[in-house]
Amino acid sequence: MSEEKTILKVTNLKTYFDVTKGLFSPKQIVKAVDGVSFDVYENETFGLVGESGCGKSTLGRTIVKLYDPVSGTIEFQGKDISSIKGAELKAFRKDMQMIFQDPYASLNPRMTVGEIIKEPMIIHKIYDTDEEREARVVELLKIVGLKPDHIRRYPSEFSGGQRQRIGIARALAVNPKFIVCDEPISALDVSIQAQVINLLKDIQNEMGLSYLFIAHDLSMVKHISDRIGVMYLGHMMELGPSNDVYHRPLHPYTVALLSAIPISDPDIAKAKQRIVLEGEIPSPINPPKGCPFSTRCPKATERCKNEMPQQIQVGNRLVSCFLYEK
Amino acid sequence: MALLDVKNLTTVFKTAQGKVQAVRDVSFTLDEGEVLGIVGESGSGKSQTMYTIMGLLADNGIIESGEIYFDGEDISPGHFANKKDYDKKMLDIRGNKMAMIFQDPMTFLNPVLKIETQLVEPLLNHTDMTRAQAKQRALELMRLVGIPSPEKRIKQYPFEFSGGMRQRIVIAIALTCNPKLIIADEPTTALDVTIQAQVLELIDNLRKETGAAVIMITHDLGVVAKLCDRVMIMYGGKLVEQGTDKDIFYNPKHPYTSGLLKCIANPEDDSDKPLEPIAGSPPDLLNPPKGCPFVDRCDLAMKVCKDYMPEETSFSDVHKCKCWLNHEYAKKGE
Repeated sequence: MSEEKTILKVTNLKTYFDVTKGLFSPKQIVKAVDGVSFDVYENETFGLVGESGCGKSTLGRTIVKLYDPVSGTIEFQGKDISSIKGAELKAFRKDMQMIFQDPYASLNPRMTVGEIIKEPMIIHKIYDTDEEREARVVELLKIVGLKPDHIRRYPSEFSGGQRQRIGIARALAVNPKFIVCDEPISALDVSIQAQVINLLKDIQNEMGLSYLFIAHDLSMVKHISDRIGVMYLGHMMELGPSNDVYHRPLHPYTVALLSAIPISDPDIAKAKQRIVLEGEIPSPINPPKGCPFSTRCPKATERCKNEMPQQIQVGNRLVSCFLYEK
Repeated sequence: MALLDVKNLTTVFKTAQGKVQAVRDVSFTLDEGEVLGIVGESGSGKSQTMYTIMGLLADNGIIESGEIYFDGEDISPGHFANKKDYDKKMLDIRGNKMAMIFQDPMTFLNPVLKIETQLVEPLLNHTDMTRAQAKQRALELMRLVGIPSPEKRIKQYPFEFSGGMRQRIVIAIALTCNPKLIIADEPTTALDVTIQAQVLELIDNLRKETGAAVIMITHDLGVVAKLCDRVMIMYGGKLVEQGTDKDIFYNPKHPYTSGLLKCIANPEDDSDKPLEPIAGSPPDLLNPPKGCPFVDRCDLAMKVCKDYMPEETSFSDVHKCKCWLNHEYAKKGE
């Protein structure tokens, strides 16, 4: 594991949004991502889990530069891309693509499938002639399990699962090295989810891609990911190999989150004791002073309420919790 | 006698393209205090079956056939002389003996009315309570579903509540008249896992306390495994398999049921084994297959499956399945 090559290195990343209303109101800042650090290795799937509002999608979008971070660095293939612009940004986007959650909203309804998949090739000037592009589109359609004659059809003629395949083909069109998958299966039916997950895995093995896989379905994330990061209110609470995080969670939030997963086995599910968390996620406009989880944590102490714990290494894992301080 | 008895229910929707056959010949029963899960993909007819029972079909919905008995009464629309009588009867039953919890609490709750008004309304409509008594009951219900400081919260509007709290309000409204049957249509789909756990726990505790039967419509097999005594699997408008939770999860008889169980990731399993998805997509109900609805996606399909809808085979009193593979002439052991 030590010779893994890092493709993406995120250090102390912060993305804030100004949501101040009115001219004379006090400034209100949503701290969507508040000091997150992690690495993604080549040919790896890094799963990012957390509940809605924890900042996982914002983090994904900041990494592909749809949002600008307020501080911190994003190193992609050894180069800091957190403040690049213009031609540099365009070149970077060729290597980093994104698959979106909603396959209905992310495809232009007035473009044919061929035009949708061709567009990134035209923007990045990958082929010289339209024939070459067309040939590549047909090839991509085959890779994602669609038929070559689908090329002249419109997105509305496809089901949700097929549309997500079109989105994947579009992302692959520029031969990226890294794909951010933002909840790519949440909008799909169960039997279709497995199709898309298997497709993503096959493509990764063939093309040596790295994924940042964002989702709230913990069982699917564990299945597809090599390592998992657990986010809560803009912070990375725990990070480690997916099997270890699942079987031996360290952070009290991870423990609670995992105990809430519904297991599809009646004997286990009915016997399982849930740690039902009291209350709900605090507002990111006015987060707790100390550890963000301290308001709901069953093990919180006075110190947790006033001081933010630092990320510490415990075995092969990083945890932000005072419980593991030596 | 069963609390709810549904026989041969068929519902279609008239559209510009033709008739969408949403519910096709569905029969089932539900006992008092039982929790029944209805599982199916979008468009499988699981929600429309329940809307038909409650008389909440859209205007273009037509009930072509079927009988519905609820709490000893015949409430099939065909039983009434005219639509007005039927609607009157259903208005009396809904929110009273039969209550519903919807998926999206924000569209269910009226955004311009205080929580108090919305909680008190069913009590004023269905009981003889005075407004003051009804308010007392409303506060009691809010405490029951775990809403902190109800005296203050009852004066607020829905937008002042979070998603999980709103769903609690919806559950409180469903409970106002001590219903015998609660129909929950994907009650936790819009919620986060930790909040989902809270709401499922709440539904489970409430049904134990009140003795109400629950029908849980969902696509999440984990939710079913946690909560349900009995499960029905729907596909392409048909009820393809039903049985106890253990029958369905440990001994599925229909290829669709076993396929569904194989394509979900089991977090307890650490192997790198790929998932086994069901190829293809569900049938178009404008023009459903003549035989079994699953025939085009089934690995084990035979010639007979294409042309004839399988008969029901019973494995026990409750475990029943519609698949030709269970027929005595079908080849076994492959």
